[in-house]
Amino acid sequence: MTQPALKRDIGDTILAVDNISLSFGGVKALQNISFSVNEHEVFAIIGPNGAGKSSMLNCINGFYHPQEGTITFKGETRRQVRPSVAARTGIARTFQNIALFKGMSTLDNIMTGRNTKMSTNIFLQALHFGPAAKEEVEHREVVERVIDFLEIEAIRKTPVGKLPYGMQKRVELGRALAAEPDLLLLDEPMAGMNIEEKQDMCRFILDVNDEFGTTIVLIEHDMGVVMDISDRVVVLDYGRKLAEGTPDEVRGNQDVIDAYLGVAHDDAEA
Amino acid sequence: MMFFLETVISGLMAGVMYSLVALGFVLIFKASGVFNFAQGVFALFAGLALYDFISMDGWFYELFGFALPVWLGIIATMGVMVIVAWLVELLVLRHLVNQEPIILFMSTIGLAYFLEGLGDILFGSDVKPLDVGLPSGASDYLLDNYNFYVEKLEVVAALIAAALVIVLAIFFQKTRIGRALRAVADDHQAALSVGISLRMIWVVVWSVSGFVALVAGIMWGSKSGVQFSLSLIALKALPVLILGGFTSVPGAIIGGLIIGVGEKVAEIYAGPFIGGAIENWFAYMLALAFLLVRPQGLFGEKIIERV
Repeated sequence: MTQPALKRDIGDTILAVDNISLSFGGVKALQNISFSVNEHEVFAIIGPNGAGKSSMLNCINGFYHPQEGTITFKGETRRQVRPSVAARTGIARTFQNIALFKGMSTLDNIMTGRNTKMSTNIFLQALHFGPAAKEEVEHREVVERVIDFLEIEAIRKTPVGKLPYGMQKRVELGRALAAEPDLLLLDEPMAGMNIEEKQDMCRFILDVNDEFGTTIVLIEHDMGVVMDISDRVVVLDYGRKLAEGTPDEVRGNQDVIDAYLGVAHDDAEA
Repeated sequence: MMFFLETVISGLMAGVMYSLVALGFVLIFKASGVFNFAQGVFALFAGLALYDFISMDGWFYELFGFALPVWLGIIATMGVMVIVAWLVELLVLRHLVNQEPIILFMSTIGLAYFLEGLGDILFGSDVKPLDVGLPSGASDYLLDNYNFYVEKLEVVAALIAAALVIVLAIFFQKTRIGRALRAVADDHQAALSVGISLRMIWVVVWSVSGFVALVAGIMWGSKSGVQFSLSLIALKALPVLILGGFTSVPGAIIGGLIIGVGEKVAEIYAGPFIGGAIENWFAYMLALAFLLVRPQGLFGEKIIERV
Protein backbone atom coordinates (compact mmCIF):
# COMPACT_ATOMS: atom_id res chain seq x y z
CA MET A 1 0.00 0.00 0.00
CA THR A 2 0.98 3.60 -0.48
CA GLN A 3 3.56 5.16 1.80
CA PRO A 4 2.47 8.13 3.89
CA ALA A 5 3.54 11.39 2.30
CA LEU A 6 5.78 12.66 5.05
CA LYS A 7 7.09 15.60 3.11
CA ARG A 8 3.95 17.68 3.70
CA ASP A 9 4.34 20.60 6.08
CA ILE A 10 2.33 19.81 9.14
CA GLY A 11 0.97 23.12 10.35
CA ASP A 12 -0.42 24.42 13.63
CA THR A 13 -3.40 23.00 15.43
CA ILE A 14 -6.55 23.29 13.29
CA LEU A 15 -8.87 21.29 15.51
CA ALA A 16 -8.61 20.98 19.27
CA VAL A 17 -10.99 18.81 21.21
CA ASP A 18 -10.91 19.72 24.87
CA ASN A 19 -12.43 17.59 27.63
CA ILE A 20 -15.48 16.53 25.65
CA SER A 21 -18.08 14.52 27.55
CA LEU A 22 -21.23 13.24 25.91
CA SER A 23 -23.92 11.06 27.41
CA PHE A 24 -27.27 9.74 26.29
CA GLY A 25 -29.36 9.34 29.41
CA GLY A 26 -27.21 7.17 31.63
CA VAL A 27 -24.91 5.98 28.88
CA LYS A 28 -21.63 7.80 28.80
CA ALA A 29 -20.60 7.76 25.17
CA LEU A 30 -17.58 9.98 25.64
CA GLN A 31 -15.73 10.89 28.82
CA ASN A 32 -13.26 13.77 29.01
CA ILE A 33 -11.81 13.25 25.58
CA SER A 34 -9.06 15.64 24.51
CA PHE A 35 -6.85 15.59 21.46
CA SER A 36 -5.71 17.96 18.80
CA VAL A 37 -5.26 17.66 15.08
CA ASN A 38 -2.71 19.67 13.15
CA GLU A 39 -3.23 21.29 9.80
CA HIS A 40 -2.53 19.00 6.80
CA GLU A 41 -2.39 15.95 9.03
CA VAL A 42 -4.03 12.56 8.50
CA PHE A 43 -5.40 11.71 11.91
CA ALA A 44 -7.06 8.41 12.76
CA ILE A 45 -9.52 7.58 15.51
CA ILE A 46 -9.53 3.86 16.28
CA GLY A 47 -11.03 1.60 18.88
CA PRO A 48 -13.30 -1.42 19.31
CA ASN A 49 -17.01 -1.30 18.46
CA GLY A 50 -18.93 1.05 20.71
CA ALA A 51 -15.84 2.97 21.70
CA GLY A 52 -17.39 6.31 20.80
CA LYS A 53 -15.55 6.95 17.55
CA SER A 54 -18.58 7.94 15.52
CA SER A 55 -19.94 9.95 18.45
CA MET A 56 -16.71 11.91 18.40
CA LEU A 57 -17.12 12.77 14.72
CA ASN A 58 -20.75 13.65 15.34
CA CYS A 59 -19.69 16.12 18.02
CA ILE A 60 -17.15 17.72 15.72
CA ASN A 61 -19.63 18.35 12.91
CA GLY A 62 -22.50 19.33 15.17
CA PHE A 63 -24.80 16.30 15.00
CA TYR A 64 -24.35 15.70 18.72
CA HIS A 65 -24.06 18.39 21.33
CA PRO A 66 -21.65 17.34 24.08
CA GLN A 67 -22.67 18.27 27.62
CA GLU A 68 -19.16 19.30 28.60
CA GLY A 69 -15.98 20.49 26.98
CA THR A 70 -15.18 22.60 23.98
CA ILE A 71 -14.15 22.13 20.38
CA THR A 72 -11.87 24.68 18.79
CA PHE A 73 -11.82 24.78 15.02
CA LYS A 74 -9.69 27.32 13.15
CA GLY A 75 -9.29 29.34 16.32
CA GLU A 76 -12.99 29.50 17.12
CA THR A 77 -14.00 27.82 20.36
CA ARG A 78 -17.46 26.49 20.94
CA ARG A 79 -19.17 23.56 22.59
CA GLN A 80 -22.32 23.24 20.58
CA VAL A 81 -22.62 24.06 16.93
CA ARG A 82 -25.31 23.49 14.37
CA PRO A 83 -24.38 21.13 11.53
CA SER A 84 -25.13 23.73 8.88
CA VAL A 85 -22.80 26.18 10.61
CA ALA A 86 -20.07 23.55 10.92
CA ALA A 87 -20.39 22.86 7.20
CA ARG A 88 -20.14 26.54 6.40
CA THR A 89 -16.96 26.94 8.42
CA GLY A 90 -15.27 24.21 6.39
CA ILE A 91 -16.05 20.81 7.88
CA ALA A 92 -17.21 18.11 5.47
CA ARG A 93 -17.83 14.46 6.20
CA THR A 94 -18.83 11.02 5.00
CA PHE A 95 -20.83 8.41 6.86
CA GLN A 96 -20.35 4.89 8.08
CA ASN A 97 -23.58 3.79 6.45
CA ILE A 98 -23.51 5.64 3.18
CA ALA A 99 -25.79 8.65 3.34
CA LEU A 100 -26.26 9.70 -0.25
CA PHE A 101 -29.29 11.15 -1.95
CA LYS A 102 -30.28 7.91 -3.63
CA GLY A 103 -32.77 9.29 -6.11
CA MET A 104 -30.37 11.87 -7.48
CA SER A 105 -27.60 11.43 -10.04
CA THR A 106 -23.91 11.32 -9.11
CA LEU A 107 -23.55 14.80 -10.53
CA ASP A 108 -26.44 16.23 -8.49
CA ASN A 109 -25.21 14.52 -5.35
CA ILE A 110 -21.80 16.08 -5.67
CA MET A 111 -23.42 19.38 -6.62
CA THR A 112 -25.16 19.46 -3.22
CA GLY A 113 -21.67 19.59 -1.74
CA ARG A 114 -21.39 23.08 -3.23
CA ASN A 115 -24.38 24.19 -1.21
CA THR A 116 -22.46 26.28 1.28
CA LYS A 117 -20.55 28.07 -1.47
CA MET A 118 -23.58 29.19 -3.41
CA SER A 119 -25.17 32.41 -2.41
CA THR A 120 -27.58 33.88 -4.92
CA ASN A 121 -30.89 35.18 -3.83
CA ILE A 122 -33.61 32.64 -3.40
CA PHE A 123 -36.01 34.49 -5.71
CA LEU A 124 -33.52 34.48 -8.57
CA GLN A 125 -32.91 30.85 -7.72
CA ALA A 126 -36.58 30.12 -8.05
CA LEU A 127 -36.59 31.61 -11.53
CA HIS A 128 -33.25 30.08 -12.50
CA PHE A 129 -32.40 33.47 -13.86
CA GLY A 130 -29.49 35.89 -14.30
CA PRO A 131 -26.70 35.49 -11.74
CA ALA A 132 -28.22 32.24 -10.49
CA ALA A 133 -27.75 30.53 -13.84
CA LYS A 134 -24.18 31.83 -14.13
CA GLU A 135 -23.35 30.68 -10.62
CA GLU A 136 -24.67 27.23 -11.43
CA VAL A 137 -22.18 26.97 -14.30
CA GLU A 138 -19.22 28.04 -12.15
CA HIS A 139 -19.98 25.47 -9.50
CA ARG A 140 -20.48 22.86 -12.12
CA GLU A 141 -16.80 23.30 -13.07
CA VAL A 142 -15.61 22.57 -9.55
CA VAL A 143 -17.82 19.50 -9.48
CA GLU A 144 -16.44 18.28 -12.81
CA ARG A 145 -12.91 18.57 -11.38
CA VAL A 146 -13.92 16.45 -8.40
CA ILE A 147 -15.44 13.89 -10.76
CA ASP A 148 -12.20 13.80 -12.76
CA PHE A 149 -10.16 13.46 -9.61
CA LEU A 150 -12.16 10.49 -8.34
CA GLU A 151 -12.32 8.89 -11.80
CA ILE A 152 -16.07 8.57 -11.84
CA GLU A 153 -16.83 10.19 -15.19
CA ALA A 154 -18.63 7.08 -16.36
CA ILE A 155 -21.32 7.29 -13.71
CA ARG A 156 -22.03 11.03 -13.80
CA LYS A 157 -25.67 10.66 -14.75
CA THR A 158 -26.44 7.43 -12.92
CA PRO A 159 -28.80 7.61 -9.94
CA VAL A 160 -26.54 6.71 -7.04
CA GLY A 161 -29.01 4.21 -5.62
CA LYS A 162 -28.12 1.97 -8.55
CA LEU A 163 -24.36 2.10 -8.05
CA PRO A 164 -22.35 -0.66 -6.41
CA TYR A 165 -21.31 -0.10 -2.82
CA GLY A 166 -17.70 0.87 -3.48
CA MET A 167 -18.76 3.44 -6.05
CA GLN A 168 -21.30 4.92 -3.66
CA LYS A 169 -18.55 5.39 -1.10
CA ARG A 170 -16.55 7.20 -3.74
CA VAL A 171 -19.46 9.49 -4.65
CA GLU A 172 -19.93 10.28 -1.00
CA LEU A 173 -16.28 11.29 -0.76
CA GLY A 174 -16.84 13.40 -3.88
CA ARG A 175 -19.72 15.23 -2.28
CA ALA A 176 -17.56 16.05 0.74
CA LEU A 177 -14.67 17.18 -1.50
CA ALA A 178 -16.92 19.46 -3.54
CA ALA A 179 -17.30 21.62 -0.46
CA GLU A 180 -13.53 22.28 -0.59
CA PRO A 181 -13.33 21.62 3.16
CA ASP A 182 -10.48 22.49 5.49
CA LEU A 183 -11.30 19.48 7.60
CA LEU A 184 -12.57 16.23 6.16
CA LEU A 185 -14.15 13.69 8.49
CA LEU A 186 -14.28 10.13 7.13
CA ASP A 187 -16.28 7.55 9.04
CA GLU A 188 -14.98 4.13 8.00
CA PRO A 189 -14.25 5.06 4.39
CA MET A 190 -13.15 1.52 3.59
CA ALA A 191 -15.71 -0.54 5.46
CA GLY A 192 -17.05 -3.40 3.39
CA MET A 193 -14.67 -2.88 0.49
CA ASN A 194 -12.56 -5.43 -1.28
CA ILE A 195 -8.80 -5.05 -1.41
CA GLU A 196 -8.76 -3.21 -4.74
CA GLU A 197 -11.39 -0.75 -3.67
CA LYS A 198 -9.50 -0.18 -0.46
CA GLN A 199 -6.33 0.58 -2.36
CA ASP A 200 -8.17 3.05 -4.57
CA MET A 201 -9.72 4.73 -1.56
CA CYS A 202 -6.37 4.96 0.22
CA ARG A 203 -4.88 6.57 -2.83
CA PHE A 204 -7.69 9.13 -3.02
CA ILE A 205 -7.40 9.99 0.65
CA LEU A 206 -3.65 10.49 0.43
CA ASP A 207 -3.99 12.45 -2.81
CA VAL A 208 -6.59 14.76 -1.29
CA ASN A 209 -4.32 15.31 1.66
CA ASP A 210 -1.31 15.85 -0.58
CA GLU A 211 -2.73 17.96 -3.36
CA PHE A 212 -5.23 20.12 -1.52
CA GLY A 213 -3.61 20.05 1.92
CA THR A 214 -6.92 19.01 3.44
CA THR A 215 -6.71 17.92 7.05
CA ILE A 216 -8.26 14.48 7.44
CA VAL A 217 -9.74 12.82 10.50
CA LEU A 218 -10.77 9.25 9.82
CA ILE A 219 -12.22 6.29 11.61
CA GLU A 220 -11.11 2.94 10.29
CA HIS A 221 -11.10 -0.65 11.44
CA ASP A 222 -8.53 -1.98 9.01
CA MET A 223 -5.36 -1.62 11.10
CA GLY A 224 -3.08 -2.11 8.11
CA VAL A 225 -4.65 0.88 6.43
CA VAL A 226 -4.64 3.01 9.55
CA MET A 227 -0.99 2.36 10.31
CA ASP A 228 -0.05 3.03 6.70
CA ILE A 229 -1.77 6.30 6.01
CA SER A 230 -2.08 8.08 9.36
CA ASP A 231 0.36 10.57 10.79
CA ARG A 232 -1.10 10.22 14.25
CA VAL A 233 -3.67 8.04 15.95
CA VAL A 234 -5.94 8.35 18.97
CA VAL A 235 -7.37 5.20 20.53
CA LEU A 236 -10.77 5.19 22.26
CA ASP A 237 -12.35 2.41 24.30
CA TYR A 238 -15.68 2.61 26.16
CA GLY A 239 -15.76 6.37 25.67
CA ARG A 240 -12.37 6.90 27.24
CA LYS A 241 -9.10 7.81 25.59
CA LEU A 242 -6.54 5.01 25.82
CA ALA A 243 -3.65 6.43 23.88
CA GLU A 244 -2.55 9.03 21.37
CA GLY A 245 0.55 9.16 19.22
CA THR A 246 2.20 8.01 16.02
CA PRO A 247 1.13 4.62 14.67
CA ASP A 248 4.28 3.03 16.05
CA GLU A 249 3.81 4.42 19.52
CA VAL A 250 0.21 3.29 19.63
CA ARG A 251 1.03 -0.16 18.33
CA GLY A 252 3.33 -0.78 21.30
CA ASN A 253 0.96 0.57 23.96
CA GLN A 254 -0.08 -2.14 26.43
CA ASP A 255 -3.57 -0.67 27.08
CA VAL A 256 -4.28 -0.68 23.37
CA ILE A 257 -3.14 -4.25 22.96
CA ASP A 258 -5.35 -5.28 25.86
CA ALA A 259 -8.36 -3.50 24.43
CA TYR A 260 -7.89 -5.09 21.06
CA LEU A 261 -6.97 -8.57 22.18
CA GLY A 262 -9.90 -8.72 24.54
CA VAL A 263 -8.52 -8.61 28.04
CA ALA A 264 -11.19 -6.22 29.21
CA HIS A 265 -14.01 -7.47 27.03
CA ASP A 266 -14.44 -9.84 24.15
CA ASP A 267 -16.07 -7.95 21.31
CA ALA A 268 -12.77 -6.61 20.04
CA GLU A 269 -11.80 -6.84 16.43
CA ALA A 270 -8.66 -5.93 14.57
CA MET B 1 -70.41 12.39 -29.49
CA MET B 2 -70.28 16.13 -28.95
CA PHE B 3 -71.91 15.67 -25.59
CA PHE B 4 -69.40 13.01 -24.60
CA LEU B 5 -66.53 15.32 -25.51
CA GLU B 6 -68.07 18.11 -23.50
CA THR B 7 -68.35 15.77 -20.55
CA VAL B 8 -64.74 14.72 -20.87
CA ILE B 9 -63.52 18.29 -21.18
CA SER B 10 -65.49 19.50 -18.22
CA GLY B 11 -64.12 16.50 -16.34
CA LEU B 12 -60.58 17.43 -17.35
CA MET B 13 -61.10 20.95 -16.10
CA ALA B 14 -62.49 19.81 -12.78
CA GLY B 15 -59.52 17.46 -12.64
CA VAL B 16 -57.13 20.37 -13.00
CA MET B 17 -58.58 21.81 -9.83
CA TYR B 18 -57.98 18.55 -7.98
CA SER B 19 -54.48 18.46 -9.39
CA LEU B 20 -53.72 21.90 -8.01
CA VAL B 21 -54.56 20.78 -4.49
CA ALA B 22 -52.79 17.44 -4.92
CA LEU B 23 -49.69 19.28 -6.10
CA GLY B 24 -49.40 21.03 -2.76
CA PHE B 25 -49.52 17.67 -0.98
CA VAL B 26 -46.84 16.19 -3.22
CA LEU B 27 -44.45 19.09 -2.68
CA ILE B 28 -44.46 18.79 1.09
CA PHE B 29 -44.47 15.02 1.03
CA LYS B 30 -41.50 14.90 -1.32
CA ALA B 31 -39.43 17.28 0.71
CA SER B 32 -40.22 16.23 4.23
CA GLY B 33 -42.14 12.97 4.13
CA VAL B 34 -44.99 14.73 5.89
CA PHE B 35 -48.49 14.23 4.60
CA ASN B 36 -49.94 17.67 5.10
CA PHE B 37 -53.60 17.24 5.90
CA ALA B 38 -53.91 21.02 6.13
CA GLN B 39 -53.23 21.57 2.43
CA GLY B 40 -56.92 22.07 1.64
CA VAL B 41 -57.27 24.50 4.51
CA PHE B 42 -54.20 26.31 3.22
CA ALA B 43 -56.06 26.92 -0.04
CA LEU B 44 -59.11 28.08 1.92
CA PHE B 45 -57.03 30.36 4.12
CA ALA B 46 -55.25 31.85 1.11
CA GLY B 47 -58.61 32.47 -0.57
CA LEU B 48 -60.00 34.12 2.57
CA ALA B 49 -56.95 36.33 3.01
CA LEU B 50 -56.98 37.37 -0.62
CA TYR B 51 -60.67 38.21 -0.47
CA ASP B 52 -60.00 40.30 2.62
CA PHE B 53 -57.25 42.28 0.93
CA ILE B 54 -59.10 43.09 -2.27
CA SER B 55 -62.73 43.46 -1.19
CA MET B 56 -64.62 46.27 0.49
CA ASP B 57 -65.89 44.27 3.44
CA GLY B 58 -62.74 42.91 5.00
CA TRP B 59 -60.50 43.89 7.88
CA PHE B 60 -58.08 45.52 5.54
CA TYR B 61 -60.68 47.93 4.17
CA GLU B 62 -61.91 48.70 7.66
CA LEU B 63 -58.41 49.47 8.94
CA PHE B 64 -57.02 51.44 6.04
CA GLY B 65 -60.09 52.67 4.22
CA PHE B 66 -59.12 51.24 0.84
CA ALA B 67 -58.87 47.85 -0.82
CA LEU B 68 -55.74 46.63 -2.56
CA PRO B 69 -55.65 46.13 -6.31
CA VAL B 70 -55.77 42.45 -7.22
CA TRP B 71 -52.08 42.01 -8.06
CA LEU B 72 -50.99 43.67 -4.82
CA GLY B 73 -53.52 41.59 -2.92
CA ILE B 74 -52.01 38.42 -4.37
CA ILE B 75 -48.53 39.50 -3.32
CA ALA B 76 -49.78 40.39 0.17
CA THR B 77 -51.52 37.02 0.45
CA MET B 78 -48.31 35.30 -0.59
CA GLY B 79 -46.66 37.21 2.24
CA VAL B 80 -49.29 35.88 4.62
CA MET B 81 -48.67 32.31 3.42
CA VAL B 82 -44.91 32.69 3.96
CA ILE B 83 -45.60 33.90 7.49
CA VAL B 84 -47.88 30.92 8.05
CA ALA B 85 -45.14 28.60 6.75
CA TRP B 86 -42.61 30.21 9.03
CA LEU B 87 -44.91 29.91 12.05
CA VAL B 88 -45.62 26.27 11.25
CA GLU B 89 -41.88 25.57 11.30
CA LEU B 90 -41.30 27.62 14.44
CA LEU B 91 -44.24 26.39 16.50
CA VAL B 92 -44.86 22.87 15.22
CA LEU B 93 -42.22 21.17 13.07
CA ARG B 94 -39.19 22.32 15.02
CA HIS B 95 -40.45 20.51 18.07
CA LEU B 96 -41.25 17.31 16.22
CA VAL B 97 -37.92 16.67 14.49
CA ASN B 98 -37.14 12.96 14.19
CA GLN B 99 -40.62 11.90 15.25
CA GLU B 100 -42.61 9.19 13.53
CA PRO B 101 -44.40 10.24 10.33
CA ILE B 102 -47.76 9.48 11.96
CA ILE B 103 -47.04 12.07 14.66
CA LEU B 104 -46.24 14.70 12.07
CA PHE B 105 -49.40 13.73 10.21
CA MET B 106 -51.47 14.16 13.35
CA SER B 107 -49.93 17.57 13.92
CA THR B 108 -51.07 18.64 10.44
CA ILE B 109 -54.62 17.55 11.28
CA GLY B 110 -54.41 19.79 14.31
CA LEU B 111 -53.05 22.53 12.11
CA ALA B 112 -55.95 22.08 9.68
CA TYR B 113 -58.56 22.56 12.40
CA PHE B 114 -56.68 25.45 13.92
CA LEU B 115 -56.41 27.30 10.61
CA GLU B 116 -60.04 26.61 9.79
CA GLY B 117 -61.11 28.04 13.14
CA LEU B 118 -58.79 31.00 12.77
CA GLY B 119 -60.17 31.67 9.29
CA ASP B 120 -63.68 31.61 10.68
CA ILE B 121 -62.87 34.01 13.52
CA LEU B 122 -60.90 36.41 11.35
CA PHE B 123 -62.94 36.45 8.17
CA GLY B 124 -66.35 34.94 8.96
CA SER B 125 -67.82 31.80 7.51
CA ASP B 126 -70.07 33.21 4.78
CA VAL B 127 -69.37 32.33 1.15
CA LYS B 128 -67.27 35.05 -0.45
CA PRO B 129 -67.46 35.65 -4.19
CA LEU B 130 -63.83 36.05 -5.19
CA ASP B 131 -63.35 38.11 -8.33
CA VAL B 132 -59.79 38.58 -9.45
CA GLY B 133 -60.74 39.45 -13.00
CA LEU B 134 -60.45 36.00 -14.50
CA PRO B 135 -62.77 35.47 -17.47
CA SER B 136 -66.01 33.70 -16.71
CA GLY B 137 -68.87 32.16 -18.63
CA ALA B 138 -68.71 29.99 -21.72
CA SER B 139 -66.28 30.48 -24.53
CA ASP B 140 -68.42 32.29 -27.13
CA TYR B 141 -66.15 31.36 -29.98
CA LEU B 142 -66.48 27.63 -29.44
CA LEU B 143 -70.16 27.89 -28.61
CA ASP B 144 -71.04 29.90 -31.71
CA ASN B 145 -68.91 28.07 -34.23
CA TYR B 146 -68.96 24.52 -33.00
CA ASN B 147 -71.86 24.54 -30.57
CA PHE B 148 -69.40 23.33 -27.99
CA TYR B 149 -69.65 24.39 -24.34
CA VAL B 150 -66.45 25.12 -22.43
CA GLU B 151 -66.06 27.40 -19.41
CA LYS B 152 -63.43 30.09 -19.98
CA LEU B 153 -62.39 30.00 -16.35
CA GLU B 154 -61.61 26.30 -16.61
CA VAL B 155 -59.43 26.85 -19.64
CA VAL B 156 -57.53 29.55 -17.77
CA ALA B 157 -57.18 27.23 -14.77
CA ALA B 158 -55.71 24.54 -17.01
CA LEU B 159 -53.20 26.97 -18.51
CA ILE B 160 -52.18 28.28 -15.12
CA ALA B 161 -51.77 24.76 -13.76
CA ALA B 162 -49.56 23.85 -16.71
CA ALA B 163 -47.40 26.94 -16.18
CA LEU B 164 -47.15 26.17 -12.49
CA VAL B 165 -45.96 22.64 -13.14
CA ILE B 166 -43.28 23.82 -15.54
CA VAL B 167 -42.00 26.43 -13.09
CA LEU B 168 -41.94 23.89 -10.26
CA ALA B 169 -40.15 21.31 -12.38
CA ILE B 170 -37.40 23.80 -13.24
CA PHE B 171 -37.19 24.91 -9.64
CA PHE B 172 -36.80 21.34 -8.39
CA GLN B 173 -34.40 20.10 -11.03
CA LYS B 174 -32.16 23.04 -11.80
CA THR B 175 -31.63 25.22 -8.77
CA ARG B 176 -29.64 24.96 -5.60
CA ILE B 177 -32.70 25.30 -3.41
CA GLY B 178 -34.53 22.68 -5.47
CA ARG B 179 -31.61 20.32 -5.13
CA ALA B 180 -31.46 21.02 -1.41
CA LEU B 181 -35.17 20.19 -1.17
CA ARG B 182 -34.67 16.84 -2.88
CA ALA B 183 -31.62 16.22 -0.71
CA VAL B 184 -33.57 16.81 2.48
CA ALA B 185 -36.30 14.50 1.25
CA ASP B 186 -33.74 11.78 0.64
CA ASP B 187 -31.60 11.87 3.75
CA HIS B 188 -31.78 14.37 6.61
CA GLN B 189 -28.34 13.63 8.05
CA ALA B 190 -26.53 13.82 4.76
CA ALA B 191 -28.34 17.04 3.95
CA LEU B 192 -27.21 18.55 7.24
CA SER B 193 -23.64 17.47 6.61
CA VAL B 194 -23.40 19.48 3.39
CA GLY B 195 -24.63 22.54 5.23
CA ILE B 196 -28.28 22.55 4.28
CA SER B 197 -30.32 24.11 7.05
CA LEU B 198 -33.39 21.98 7.64
CA ARG B 199 -35.28 24.87 9.16
CA MET B 200 -34.74 27.07 6.16
CA ILE B 201 -35.75 24.27 3.80
CA TRP B 202 -38.94 23.59 5.71
CA VAL B 203 -39.95 27.22 5.58
CA VAL B 204 -39.25 27.22 1.84
CA VAL B 205 -41.22 24.02 1.22
CA TRP B 206 -44.22 25.15 3.19
CA SER B 207 -44.07 28.53 1.49
CA VAL B 208 -44.01 26.91 -1.94
CA SER B 209 -46.96 24.75 -1.04
CA GLY B 210 -48.61 27.87 0.37
CA PHE B 211 -48.07 29.43 -3.05
CA VAL B 212 -49.66 26.44 -4.77
CA ALA B 213 -52.51 26.65 -2.25
CA LEU B 214 -52.94 30.31 -3.14
CA VAL B 215 -53.28 29.44 -6.82
CA ALA B 216 -55.75 26.70 -5.98
CA GLY B 217 -57.63 29.06 -3.66
CA ILE B 218 -57.92 31.68 -6.40
CA MET B 219 -59.20 29.12 -8.90
CA TRP B 220 -61.71 27.47 -6.62
CA GLY B 221 -62.74 30.83 -5.19
CA SER B 222 -63.37 32.27 -8.66
CA LYS B 223 -65.35 29.22 -9.61
CA SER B 224 -67.62 28.73 -6.66
CA GLY B 225 -66.74 31.43 -4.15
CA VAL B 226 -64.41 31.12 -1.18
CA GLN B 227 -66.24 28.79 1.19
CA PHE B 228 -65.31 26.43 3.96
CA SER B 229 -66.26 23.33 1.99
CA LEU B 230 -63.03 24.08 0.11
CA SER B 231 -61.14 22.35 2.87
CA LEU B 232 -63.01 19.16 1.97
CA ILE B 233 -61.45 19.24 -1.47
CA ALA B 234 -58.37 18.09 0.38
CA LEU B 235 -60.07 14.73 0.81
CA LYS B 236 -60.62 14.45 -2.94
CA ALA B 237 -56.91 14.99 -3.38
CA LEU B 238 -56.23 11.75 -1.51
CA PRO B 239 -57.47 9.41 -4.24
CA VAL B 240 -55.69 11.65 -6.73
CA LEU B 241 -52.44 11.01 -4.88
CA ILE B 242 -53.03 7.30 -4.63
CA LEU B 243 -53.52 7.21 -8.37
CA GLY B 244 -50.58 9.39 -9.27
CA GLY B 245 -48.15 8.40 -6.55
CA PHE B 246 -47.36 10.49 -3.51
CA THR B 247 -43.95 11.58 -4.72
CA SER B 248 -44.64 12.52 -8.31
CA VAL B 249 -45.50 16.00 -9.55
CA PRO B 250 -46.66 14.75 -12.98
CA GLY B 251 -48.52 12.01 -11.10
CA ALA B 252 -50.53 14.61 -9.20
CA ILE B 253 -51.53 16.24 -12.48
CA ILE B 254 -52.43 13.05 -14.36
CA GLY B 255 -54.14 11.58 -11.29
CA GLY B 256 -56.26 14.69 -10.95
CA LEU B 257 -57.27 14.57 -14.60
CA ILE B 258 -58.18 10.87 -14.47
CA ILE B 259 -60.34 11.39 -11.41
CA GLY B 260 -61.97 14.50 -12.84
CA VAL B 261 -62.89 12.80 -16.11
CA GLY B 262 -63.79 9.49 -14.48
CA GLU B 263 -66.19 11.17 -12.09
CA LYS B 264 -68.02 13.15 -14.74
CA VAL B 265 -68.27 10.30 -17.21
CA ALA B 266 -69.43 7.86 -14.54
CA GLU B 267 -71.98 10.31 -13.21
CA ILE B 268 -73.54 10.93 -16.59
CA TYR B 269 -73.36 7.51 -18.20
CA ALA B 270 -73.61 5.15 -15.24
CA GLY B 271 -75.73 7.42 -13.06
CA PRO B 272 -79.08 6.55 -14.62
CA PHE B 273 -78.55 2.85 -14.01
CA ILE B 274 -77.18 2.65 -10.49
CA GLY B 275 -78.47 5.89 -9.05
CA GLY B 276 -76.87 9.31 -8.99
CA ALA B 277 -74.25 10.95 -6.79
CA ILE B 278 -71.56 8.72 -8.20
CA GLU B 279 -69.31 11.77 -8.21
CA ASN B 280 -69.12 11.55 -4.45
CA TRP B 281 -67.64 8.11 -4.18
CA PHE B 282 -66.23 7.27 -7.61
CA ALA B 283 -62.77 8.67 -6.84
CA TYR B 284 -62.42 6.58 -3.70
CA MET B 285 -63.48 3.35 -5.44
CA LEU B 286 -60.96 4.01 -8.18
CA ALA B 287 -58.25 4.63 -5.59
CA LEU B 288 -59.15 1.41 -3.81
CA ALA B 289 -58.86 -0.56 -7.04
CA PHE B 290 -55.52 1.06 -7.66
CA LEU B 291 -54.20 0.17 -4.24
CA LEU B 292 -54.82 -3.48 -5.03
CA VAL B 293 -53.04 -3.43 -8.36
CA ARG B 294 -50.40 -0.76 -8.16
CA PRO B 295 -49.93 0.52 -4.62
CA GLN B 296 -47.14 2.95 -5.50
CA GLY B 297 -49.39 4.79 -7.95
CA LEU B 298 -48.84 5.46 -11.63
CA PHE B 299 -45.65 7.45 -11.23
CA GLY B 300 -44.62 6.80 -7.66
CA GLU B 301 -41.25 5.34 -6.87
CA LYS B 302 -41.51 1.65 -6.38
CA ILE B 303 -40.58 0.79 -2.85
CA ILE B 304 -37.93 -1.88 -2.88
CA GLU B 305 -36.42 -3.04 0.34
CA ARG B 306 -33.27 -5.09 0.07
CA VAL B 307 -33.01 -7.73 2.72
